[in-house]
Amino acid sequence: MWWVSVAVFLVVLAALIVALFLGMRRRSDDRAVSEATLSRSVATSVGVTVVILIGLLVASISTGRAVGALPESSGVSVSIIGHQWWWEVEYEDAVPTRRVVTANELHIPTNRPVVLKVTSRDVIHSFWVPNLQGKRDLIPGYTTAIWLQAERPGHFRGQCAEFCGIQHAHMALDVVAESDGDFYRWLDDMRQPARDPPDAVTRTGRDVFMRGRCAGCHTIRGTEAAGQTAPNLTHLAARSTLGAGTLTNTPEHLAEWIRDPQASKPGNQMPPNPLPADSLAALVAYLGSLQ
Amino acid sequence: MTQLDATWADPRGLYGWFMHLDHKSIGRRYLLTAFAFFLIGGVLAALMRLQLSRADNTFLGPDLYNQIFSTHGTTMMFLFAVPVMQGLGIYFVPLMVGARGIAFPRLVAFSYWMFLFGGIFLYVSFLLNAGPDVGWFSYPPLAGALYTPSKRADVWAQLITFTEVASLAVAVSLITTAMKLRAPGMTLNRMPIFVWAQVVTSFMVLFAMPAVMLASTCLILDRLVGTHFFDVEHGGDALLWQHLFWFFGHPEVYIIFIPGSGLVSTIVATFSRRRMFGYLAVVLSLVSTAFMGFGLWVHHMFATGLPQLGESFFTAASIMIAIPTGTQIFCWIATMWGGRITVKSPMLWILGFFFIFIAGGLTGVMLAAVPLNTQVHDTFFVVAHFHYVLIGGAVFPLFAAFYYWYPKITGRLLSEQVGRWVFGLFFIGFNLTFFPMHLLGLHGMPRRVYTYPAAMGWGTLNLLASAGAVLMACAVLTFVVDAVRALVAGTAAADNPWDAGTLEWATNSPPPNANFPSPPTVAGREPVWENPPDQPVVVGLRTDARDVLVTHVLDAEPDHRLLFPEPSIWPLLTAIATTVLFIWSIFTPWGVVYGALPVFVTMVGWFWPKSADEGGTQRWPFAHRTLPRPNEAPATGGAI
Repeated sequence: MWWVSVAVFLVVLAALIVALFLGMRRRSDDRAVSEATLSRSVATSVGVTVVILIGLLVASISTGRAVGALPESSGVSVSIIGHQWWWEVEYEDAVPTRRVVTANELHIPTNRPVVLKVTSRDVIHSFWVPNLQGKRDLIPGYTTAIWLQAERPGHFRGQCAEFCGIQHAHMALDVVAESDGDFYRWLDDMRQPARDPPDAVTRTGRDVFMRGRCAGCHTIRGTEAAGQTAPNLTHLAARSTLGAGTLTNTPEHLAEWIRDPQASKPGNQMPPNPLPADSLAALVAYLGSLQ
Repeated sequence: MTQLDATWADPRGLYGWFMHLDHKSIGRRYLLTAFAFFLIGGVLAALMRLQLSRADNTFLGPDLYNQIFSTHGTTMMFLFAVPVMQGLGIYFVPLMVGARGIAFPRLVAFSYWMFLFGGIFLYVSFLLNAGPDVGWFSYPPLAGALYTPSKRADVWAQLITFTEVASLAVAVSLITTAMKLRAPGMTLNRMPIFVWAQVVTSFMVLFAMPAVMLASTCLILDRLVGTHFFDVEHGGDALLWQHLFWFFGHPEVYIIFIPGSGLVSTIVATFSRRRMFGYLAVVLSLVSTAFMGFGLWVHHMFATGLPQLGESFFTAASIMIAIPTGTQIFCWIATMWGGRITVKSPMLWILGFFFIFIAGGLTGVMLAAVPLNTQVHDTFFVVAHFHYVLIGGAVFPLFAAFYYWYPKITGRLLSEQVGRWVFGLFFIGFNLTFFPMHLLGLHGMPRRVYTYPAAMGWGTLNLLASAGAVLMACAVLTFVVDAVRALVAGTAAADNPWDAGTLEWATNSPPPNANFPSPPTVAGREPVWENPPDQPVVVGLRTDARDVLVTHVLDAEPDHRLLFPEPSIWPLLTAIATTVLFIWSIFTPWGVVYGALPVFVTMVGWFWPKSADEGGTQRWPFAHRTLPRPNEAPATGGAI
């Protein structure tokens, strides 16, 4: 399609330049081009255009059918729910306790089509991983399905593609494609509830989390924190980014993010948390232990 | 001043300035105001390019950036592209059809005030930090009360109401002018292509604008009185908006492009010294583009997950609309091939148009394919595509028209030398700005992001695009300076400096108040070239009253005389009252109730009937007919 377009562009421009050249050279006493010649040329050009366009149409529709048709489910069924401005990712399972909820990361096995059911809880978002598949809008009130398939293991960046408000720019998603073995190991890890704090510092950190306002919005499975409006943090330390791709997940960034999430992602819905330095350090340590 | 000129003169003085009805005066205002909004929208674009010129830039925050891109899009679509084309129509359609004025001149004056007040309203809101920040498309639920609790979305929705009222009024006037006020002899088959383009566009306005007015009214109702049209929680539908909006939004593109293509036909014919080749094919192309333009709105929604059959249908329609456009391009090339071309500044812009528009058209055909579309939709590829078609298809022809008609409007010539510089700078700057955006889109850069991480590697191309924007700004600035210089000290222009063939060149530059000393009659498509020396003119119209000749739709045979309205302050007062109503209604629904009273009062003033002595309605049976029946001797002084 690209080359057809380039060719058409060059041919039409060449015709234009020739016409310009002939038109500029003609003097009033020259013999005019006959109307019949012009008619024939225009009619031929239009005819050729129609043929090319119909060719493109057939190619486009057949490719569209191939790309758009949903494959058989490969056993992994994932829901993606858009929020302002993060992604909720849920691996479904018939047994409720085996369901896995995470955020801003999507692990998929390679060489298998994975079907995603997508919708939104608030405004319209659009799920887009450029290297794996075209985009699909996440529309509140509608659930639609798309599929994607990674041919090789690796990280693929996804990004919201429908303007969704003040932090549309910082709504990325880390897609991790890995072998079946790695994928199912990861999924099993995710099914475990959060581990208990291993030492005194992290225990203090957990108390800060539970007593502060964190638990009002975030869930950490296996603890009393069960907030539903913000990303699930059960295995936060296993993720590679914070704030839906805003910062890399390091202890320094995490501390910075907790203290003032509005600095790096202004307008997002997490309030600043002016904690004393030791509480903050303990909280970061606790969250860092949530492998 | 002759008696005729005095009859058609607008009142003088400051107060009189607010009463102007002359289509040339209103047209000039439309053009200047729309151009001013073009400059302001351009400044907003420059700010965005500054912000995006490097990764992780903090020049603009997200809140301001979102207001800026929304206001830029809204301005360019609603306050520049549509009004500037309609402004050209208001100025030139009556001249090109040989009429004394535009139909419904008070409505046109009213429309100008609505357009102006709407634009001022938008920018006052913007300066008060209440500029729209949900895009020029305002998708709910984001634009709903829950996610945009401020007045910003209301400002957008109400601006739409302002501009749609204005453009509907102009559309009605232009259609009526072209259908009923044509010079005798100008059958539909001889109507200039630019006039055809304006008529086709105006019909599109009549069918497209109600969809967006309905949609924006529903949005305001959702926000203001708690209806649930788009409110998913309460059974509303978020996709309904997109259908209504794009049912308007896609034709809107053609509402902007079709007048542009009319300009191309006009200027190509003039500078090829030849009648437009394939007149019928070109006119039919315009008409079929208009029809098909209503059948492809869904290609803006391919990513929403529609059924396959629907997608295929809209893919087909989106690809096939290239046929009429292609036909026009081939006819333009054929005209040039068969003509004797001189390349002056207007023609330069047309050649630039060809280059850019064809490129943009081809990326458009690519976008019609669903697999490609879902990849590049809402990326910078689309930004590049529509700037290629809209700047290529409308702004380049528009600059051509500025150079072409500037001498007609002002009586002065723009500098040919400076014109080449302006064109060169703009052309290079344009391609430098927008070509890299294709690549950015293919590299995955989404639209409407206020910043991007350095790790994505988009920095260099963005910097290049920003550099191009500087060149474009220089070009536009040079143009403005030259236009001002020419106005003060430019070479005086002849009545027909380009040796063109349409009727606006058959009168002085600038045209007198009544347009033509005696309204012309027409013997061919290019009357100035084709009328024989003894071509008759229309006589029998009074010089002491605003008489116009109304003709039949198809063959432009004389039908009757009509008395045109006198200048009046009421259109302005009605516009002020309507503005109060519109703005008030953002704050409380009672604004509609109480605000309607002044509108009613001013409309009564506007339409207050005149007595028969003043030229108003006459009692049946009429005292004198203006035209003889067939086989009847003409009444003295009454007919042609």
